[in-house]
Amino acid sequence: MASSGLELLWISAPQLAQGIGRTLGISALAIVFSAVGGLIYGVLRNLGIRWIDWLLLVYLELFRAIPVLVWLYLFFFGLPIFLGWSIPGFWCAVLVLSLWGASETGEVVRGALRSIPRGQREAGLSIGLGQAQLYGRVLLPQALRRMTPPMINVFTRLIKTSSLAVLIGVVDVIKIGQQIIERTYESVLIYGFLFVFFFLACYPLSAVSRVLERRWNHS
Amino acid sequence: MSALIELSGFSKRFGAVPVLQDIDLSVREGEVVVILGPSGCGKSTLLRCLNGLELGHAGQYRFGGLELSANADWRQVRQQIGMVFQSYHLFPHMTVLDNILLGPVSVQKRARNEARQQAETLLARVGLLDKRDAFPRELSGGQQQRIAIVRSLCMNPQVMLFDEVTAALDPEMVKEVLEVILDLARSGMTLLIVTHEMAFARAVADRILFMDGGRIAEQSDPETFFSNPQTARAQQFLEKFSYVENMPKRKAS
Repeated sequence: MASSGLELLWISAPQLAQGIGRTLGISALAIVFSAVGGLIYGVLRNLGIRWIDWLLLVYLELFRAIPVLVWLYLFFFGLPIFLGWSIPGFWCAVLVLSLWGASETGEVVRGALRSIPRGQREAGLSIGLGQAQLYGRVLLPQALRRMTPPMINVFTRLIKTSSLAVLIGVVDVIKIGQQIIERTYESVLIYGFLFVFFFLACYPLSAVSRVLERRWNHS
Repeated sequence: MSALIELSGFSKRFGAVPVLQDIDLSVREGEVVVILGPSGCGKSTLLRCLNGLELGHAGQYRFGGLELSANADWRQVRQQIGMVFQSYHLFPHMTVLDNILLGPVSVQKRARNEARQQAETLLARVGLLDKRDAFPRELSGGQQQRIAIVRSLCMNPQVMLFDEVTAALDPEMVKEVLEVILDLARSGMTLLIVTHEMAFARAVADRILFMDGGRIAEQSDPETFFSNPQTARAQQFLEKFSYVENMPKRKAS
């Protein structure tokens, strides 16, 4: 069993690698877009312009209240019907996860920016900094410390939530696993493998977050 | 001499509350004006209006002959009007030198080397050249405030605004900061100073501006103001500051 189990993983390696590639691809893209989108969201919310605030609040509440799965269905099955746009499953997953992730990281960025004393902003303005310089050189570098640990938490959730992509037909690592189980009935082995895979994908992020937190607490 | 700063009928309110009412003020180049008054009288707001951190609601503000409205190019104006705050507000994630050079290099687009030379000269002038690579958290309050002054000075402003810059300092650090300001006054720079240090006000000011309830209640030279205040409100205000001197001495046992 043990040798045949390893053998099975070895034989399935190319197939699994493809699934891993898709899962990590969706996750990595969603993480990058979430981070960028979240920064934009956080800065925009911090400007205190009423109509922008209102618009972003609607966006936030929609992604907070409606499950990611429903969004996936809406984008994958709904857009072709209502708008005639059909997006491939992979990109649909990236898009929905990015929008969801950006709403989560956006709130983190907003909170971190808010926690910076008002005087920092005034000191920056009083030496003639423009808004872009103020955020780029003064406010965001200081907010970075406060937002990194909770942001990494969002990233690990993005990796795990990417598994929902199965439900719109993306053949990710979980789908590949299921296919192998259907063929071979080796469910313990395959789920064990998935367990280890997701752990290895998320753990380094948590570890980095903990190291950063510790280092910044000291300085 | 020409007026560098001119306010006429200048007013400002927060919501419905008026904080500055009908301010007429003219400051000449090279003049040192000290603004006194009870807390909440609008003196800090007046300074903040001068560099556009707050905007007025009515009246005129002219700087160097140029009228400044709400949509003026405040970034340009702020480079000519340095401001130092009560709680220093140094950028904690930058070294002393980077704090000072941020404005000259990224706003004024000056060459880093040239700006650095000026920064080092100014640091030497306030006795902190050896701290150029330190981070703000490694410095005392008095040192941080002197750095904050240098940060403003390095922009080569025409005016410096000081907003209660010694109010957050331990008593023994007040002197080192006041000496820097006194030095600036002697060098002929235009200064507007909000302070509660009466002896300092008397020593440094060309003119005292006494504010109360958002208005300028009295303007006079320091000798007249401190020895013979014209308004009852100013008299009361000064009495509060001299209550220690007027206290009856304890009998020697």
